[in-house]
This record gives sequence, C-alpha cells and structure tokens, in this order.
Amino acid sequence: MIRWLLLFLGGALLGGIVHLATVIIMPRTATQDAYSRLTPTAPINTVTALPAPAPDTAPMPFMDSAFASAVCRYDLSQGSLKLTVPVSLAYTSISFYTRYDVAYYAINDRAAGRRVIELELMTPEQHSNLPEDEEITAADRLIVESPTPTGLIAIRALAPEPGLLPMAQSAIAAARCAIQQDAPKPSR
Amino acid sequence: MRLLLGSLFALAVAAMVGLGATYLALTRGAAFGSLTIGAWTAWPKTGTIDADPYARATIARTGQLPVALGDGVSFTAQADDNGKLLDGRCDVLLSGVTPAARFWTLTLYNVEGQLVANSVNRYGFTSQEIVRNADGSFEIAVSPRANAGNWLPTGGVERYALLLRFYDTAVGVSTKAGREVPMPAVTTRRCP
Repeated sequence: MIRWLLLFLGGALLGGIVHLATVIIMPRTATQDAYSRLTPTAPINTVTALPAPAPDTAPMPFMDSAFASAVCRYDLSQGSLKLTVPVSLAYTSISFYTRYDVAYYAINDRAAGRRVIELELMTPEQHSNLPEDEEITAADRLIVESPTPTGLIAIRALAPEPGLLPMAQSAIAAARCAIQQDAPKPSR
Repeated sequence: MRLLLGSLFALAVAAMVGLGATYLALTRGAAFGSLTIGAWTAWPKTGTIDADPYARATIARTGQLPVALGDGVSFTAQADDNGKLLDGRCDVLLSGVTPAARFWTLTLYNVEGQLVANSVNRYGFTSQEIVRNADGSFEIAVSPRANAGNWLPTGGVERYALLLRFYDTAVGVSTKAGREVPMPAVTTRRCP
C-alpha cells in the first residue's frame, strides 16, 4: 500500500513538472495563435485590412467590434520597417506584438500628437548600427525596437458609432508599412 | 513486472495531474497580477512584455491579440456581482459609472470569444453611443428581449462574457482595486 502511495506522490510531483513544461512550451507549439491565424491572409511587410468581426466569422477571437483594424505582419531580416498611419477622427492606436503575440509597445494618436503617426521599427542591432551623425535628430523620429525579428503590428481606429465605421476603415486603409529603401547598412 | 506496473502508474498520474492542471489554468484564465473590481477582472500585465508564462500560454491558446497596456485595459465579467454565471436567457443590468478613459467599449462574446448573432446586429456599445442619466451614470440592459434605453441583446445563449475595454486610460498595473476605480455593477434581475 505504502508503495503505491509513494508512486502516486512521485507521479504527482512529476505532474507538476509536466504542468510547468507544457505552460512554457505552449506559445511555441500553438497552431491557432493570432500570428498563425493571420499568416495565410496577411502578406509580410504590408498592411492588410481585417474584415470586421461578425458572429461565426472573425479573424481572431475577442476582437472589439467597434474598431476598424488592420495588421502588418513584419519581418525585419531585410531591413528596418517604416510605418505610416494617418489618425482617424476618434481614436487610433498602433500596438506592436512579438511573434508570440506578446504586446511590447503601443502608441495612440494623442501620444503621437500628429496628424500622421510615423514610426520606424527595427531590431536592437539595426538600431545600434544607425549612423549617429545624421542631421535628423532622434527627437524627430520615433524609433521602436522589436524584441523578435518577426511579429505583428495591429493598427486600429475606433468608430464611436456604427455609422462612422467607413470613416475609420478609410483612415486605416491609408496606413502603410514597408521595408525602408535606405535600409541601414551593417557597419563596415 | 511490479516495477513496470508501478512506473506506468506513476507516469499516468503525472500525465493526468500535469495536463489537467495546464488545462484548468488556461481555461480559467490563471495569470498573475489580476485586478478584480466587483464582477470585473483585468490582467493589465498581460498587455506588456512582462506577461507571465500563464498569460503567454493563454494568449497562444485562445488566439487573441491582448490589448496592449499603452493602448488600454480590458476588463472581463463572466458572472454577476453575486458570483452567478451570466446567463443569456436572464435579464442582466449594468449600472453605474466607469473610470476615466478617453473612450470605452462594451462587447458581448460567447465563451469562444465570438460575437453573438442577434436580430438588431448590435454586439456592444461605445462610450459615445450610450444614453446617460443626468448625473452621468448609465444603465445597460443585457437581455434576450428588447428593452427601452440601452439594450445589449444576448441572443439567448446560455453563457456569455462581457468585455469592458478602456482606451487611453490611467487604469493599469499600478491601479489598486477599490474606490479609485468605479466599475459598473452587474446584477441579474429576472431569470425565466
């Protein structure tokens, strides 16, 4: 009897390790996470407007139905990314997610304080390789560092009333993300 | 033979305990740093790079993009103030005021996180659409039958969740539950 009890306790202890391991491995093995769901419809380094969520059809669960949204699935291996988003009348936000859908940065229209939010997204390496003696000071350009070389940018504009959704959608439609032409060269 | 049986038993227990605990943790929304006010719970840290492994696993399992903390905070209610699970066949009343935010939205989802079909195609409210009382408070009737005033249809589903999202708000990681953050009360009025 004691023997089985010990085996049970040992099994439970091992179960604790299994639990922790599965929780930690989960994000890397998930096939239905937001990034994977968007991969077939969202080409890389381009802004793709997402269809408004409707019952039974939504690109992702728990999408806010009051927002028009678009995503830019990025890959920084070819150079840094330039993101341009015109703000809509009500509320516009840009959220940055890693490959595993963890939010690492977000900015809204008020924080940006401009009609058009302009951002540069780069890896920490690309950031440190930026030439220092440029005439443009750092204050003029908003630089965001991505912790992972790939990830997602979610661009969202609020429609305070359902009738204003086309307005929000058209603001989103003018958003652009593209690899910068004059990508910073690796230091010689 | 006994050794083999014993090891198999221990491994079976390990699998059951381990996977069971993972399943429970991820379906019940276990993550550290939760902020509970009345019927509402938020995990502000889930919207940051400091999200704990449980939050990361939950995000991966559900397939959602969490609201980033610099964007806003998302509160969920799955039960009313008395702990009774929200039932789409009952009349539920949301009443009170909300913490300061530039905008907020209220959205109703089924347990899978999908919008619920209804006859008037209304899935939620924004702070600008709501009809308020003279003192700024509001009442929203969440019910399967049409109501005067702010009516959020449930479509008669058995279980649903309400998500109250605040955009551009001071509510966040440093917020303590209590007086500084007033949240609307959730009361079940009538059940058939």
